Amino acid sequence: MSAHPAHENAAEAHHAHSHGHDAGHGSFRGYMIGFVLSIVLTAIPFWLVMGDVIDSKLFTAVLVMGIGVVQIVVHMVYFLHMNPRSEGGWTLMALIFTLIIVGIAIAGSLWVMHHLNTNMMPMTHEMMKTMP
Amino acid sequence: MHRAAYETILDDPMFGDISLTQFLFGRLTWEAIPYHEPILVVTFAVVALGGIALLGLITKFKLWGYLWHEWFTSVDHKKIGIMYIILAIIMLLRGFADAIMMRIQQAIAFGGNEGYLNPHHYDQIFTAHGVIMIFFVAMPFVTGFMNYVVPLQIGARDVSFPFLNNFSFWMTTGGAVIIMMSLFVGEFARTGWLAYPPLSGADYSPGVGVDYYIWGLQVAGVGTTLSGINLIATIVKMRAPGMTFMKMPVFTWTSLCTNILIVATFPILTATLALLSLDRYVGTNFFTNDLGGNPMMYINLIWIWGHPEVYILVLPAFGIFSEVVATFCGKRLFGYTSMVYATCVIMILSYIVWLHHFFTMGSGASVNAFFGITTMIISIPTGAKMFNWLFTMYRGRIRYEVPMLWTVGFMVTFVIGGMTGVMLAIPPADFVLHNSLFLIAHFHNVIIGGVLFGLMAGVVYWFPKAFGYKLDPFWGKMSFWFWQIGFFFAFMPLYVLGLMGVTRRVSQFEDPTLQIWFVIAAFGAALIALGIASFVIQLVVSFFKRDELRVTSGDPWDGRTLEWSTSSPPPDYNFAFTPVVHDHDSWYDMKSRGYERPLEGFKPIHMPKNTGTGVVLSAISVVLAFALIWYIWWLAALSFIALIAVSIAHTFNYDRDFFISAETVTATEDARTKLLAERT
Repeated sequence: MSAHPAHENAAEAHHAHSHGHDAGHGSFRGYMIGFVLSIVLTAIPFWLVMGDVIDSKLFTAVLVMGIGVVQIVVHMVYFLHMNPRSEGGWTLMALIFTLIIVGIAIAGSLWVMHHLNTNMMPMTHEMMKTMP
Repeated sequence: MHRAAYETILDDPMFGDISLTQFLFGRLTWEAIPYHEPILVVTFAVVALGGIALLGLITKFKLWGYLWHEWFTSVDHKKIGIMYIILAIIMLLRGFADAIMMRIQQAIAFGGNEGYLNPHHYDQIFTAHGVIMIFFVAMPFVTGFMNYVVPLQIGARDVSFPFLNNFSFWMTTGGAVIIMMSLFVGEFARTGWLAYPPLSGADYSPGVGVDYYIWGLQVAGVGTTLSGINLIATIVKMRAPGMTFMKMPVFTWTSLCTNILIVATFPILTATLALLSLDRYVGTNFFTNDLGGNPMMYINLIWIWGHPEVYILVLPAFGIFSEVVATFCGKRLFGYTSMVYATCVIMILSYIVWLHHFFTMGSGASVNAFFGITTMIISIPTGAKMFNWLFTMYRGRIRYEVPMLWTVGFMVTFVIGGMTGVMLAIPPADFVLHNSLFLIAHFHNVIIGGVLFGLMAGVVYWFPKAFGYKLDPFWGKMSFWFWQIGFFFAFMPLYVLGLMGVTRRVSQFEDPTLQIWFVIAAFGAALIALGIASFVIQLVVSFFKRDELRVTSGDPWDGRTLEWSTSSPPPDYNFAFTPVVHDHDSWYDMKSRGYERPLEGFKPIHMPKNTGTGVVLSAISVVLAFALIWYIWWLAALSFIALIAVSIAHTFNYDRDFFISAETVTATEDARTKLLAERT
């Protein structure tokens, strides 16, 4: 019924090094790949903005944000060592959960703020007449 | 060019007019000390005398070393849990003092009588009341319980990151210290507990009040977020062998969901407050009225945090009720699986209801309808939980001990609050009830009836585990009945007033026919004061009667979960051997199968070492916050550098663990064997 000392070893390892050395801490090669990719992905937006490469400002902004997202992924893979197997899938689960929450917060805010902007921002008498 | 830049700096409110005094003290002057407010002077005198007396007593009995080595620097989750709860109880007294001042003011300020609080002071009081009760009473109370109980329930020896736990506690305390400082140095925010802009912006609140608010919450928020991460890691990684997720005690489940909510939402609060501080400190326009700013965005963001926060508070209370009901009915909890799913569903749904806090801001029909419906849907899993508790009681052998009284009181009270909540969830009804005292009555109904009753049940339930003796039941019952009856007297009149259209945060009234309701509410507040007094008396009386109330078995209530398998109070290492779990309600399972305590073969136990770094970091953070609040830039820079330096220095501290020798473990366990033998 009770724990036998045999369990103690497992428990010991469990409690003693809770910061865990089993999670991969990456290799020199991995860090270098991540580092170079990060540099490139940082340099491109600077180049896009400072060199006036694309005429459309909107397209530039979207592109910069897109590269930002790629940058996040690079950091997660090469610096945070996230992959579907690490920590028995928990990091991936946590990531998916985070994405859902961030998605809810951003999509919801945009939806709500769009409505508020349409309905509540100061408008002229003329504009009010043409409101649906 | 250079000259112009220099003048811009001089004109800047942050750097302008640099005399030596202002360089040294920022905007802190003697005028900031509120010696012209008699109420505050008296309060200060009382606090100062009490504080000096306390410090004197500690010095006289030479307790400084004991407190420092055994408590302040402790990384033991049990001691940190107890310290969290002590912090919560102290802040409860402060928050309640604010409440009773408001009740007295509103009961007398009629027909030209301005009452005894001027509007300037009254506005600070209601803001402080809300901020303190949510952030510095309910939050530390809940975190304290999770800290104390969760590792014991899952058969672990401590949390995943013991130092982080100590650091989290001290950051929370640091936030509380910052808020308390505002009482005697400067002023507190006059904006309501969520500090909506533009009122909280630099234009309309130029003083230090909102800055106290921001930095108090930011410092405490660090603690809350880190403690959330810590407890998630603990629950996910450190459960005893055999304890699968669906065998975890319900309180651990609700704690897990609460901490997920904390980790997912507190960063939003931090970011929102950071944007507000940018508006206030460097003149950005995120939430101002012009230059593209939009105050509505602040309200939107803060409620994305604010609504999950409500569930952060109430889910652990639900967990406490589940443990109490199962224990005092002598039955396995009815519908364990549905309880777990209900908790998870509430956790998810709580993210998609935030707009119901501002239906009236003008979102239009489709948005309001969506959020109204999601809000109403939340009542379904909550209702399922209520039925689970009722069915657990059905045909159980119910023992009406004090924790069970709180639970039954909760069921009656909380259902009323839940139903008024569904009323508020109907957007057209909300247009009438928004910002009225009906809303105030509603959320006090769920927070007192749900969260506070749960915490009180938890105190009585787990006190014998933590201290080795039960709390005196007579004063416990007094406390319960005063709270229960006082609650109805205090808040039912507010429902009535709210339906009549009386709005919140008003310090004086014209219509004399309203007065009687406020007088009744004040009477209710007086009853609640007696309830709190009974609680304090209960602690004192029980301390003096501790030999009579002693719990030798460690299991005074015939408990069902693993924490009751340890001695009371549990040894530093909690479990000499990690238990193996076969069923949920694992301690009940072990007892019914004739469990025998292991008496020999103990091994040395690896434990984390105490450290003072948490205290130091928190103290520096308080100084940093103070410097930022008062624009003392040299001090802010200095303390920020110190903060980084101490943090880095701490990473070089490799002396962070030790072994409890096998002899010590054997001696501790033998002492318990002897105690258990004497009992029979």
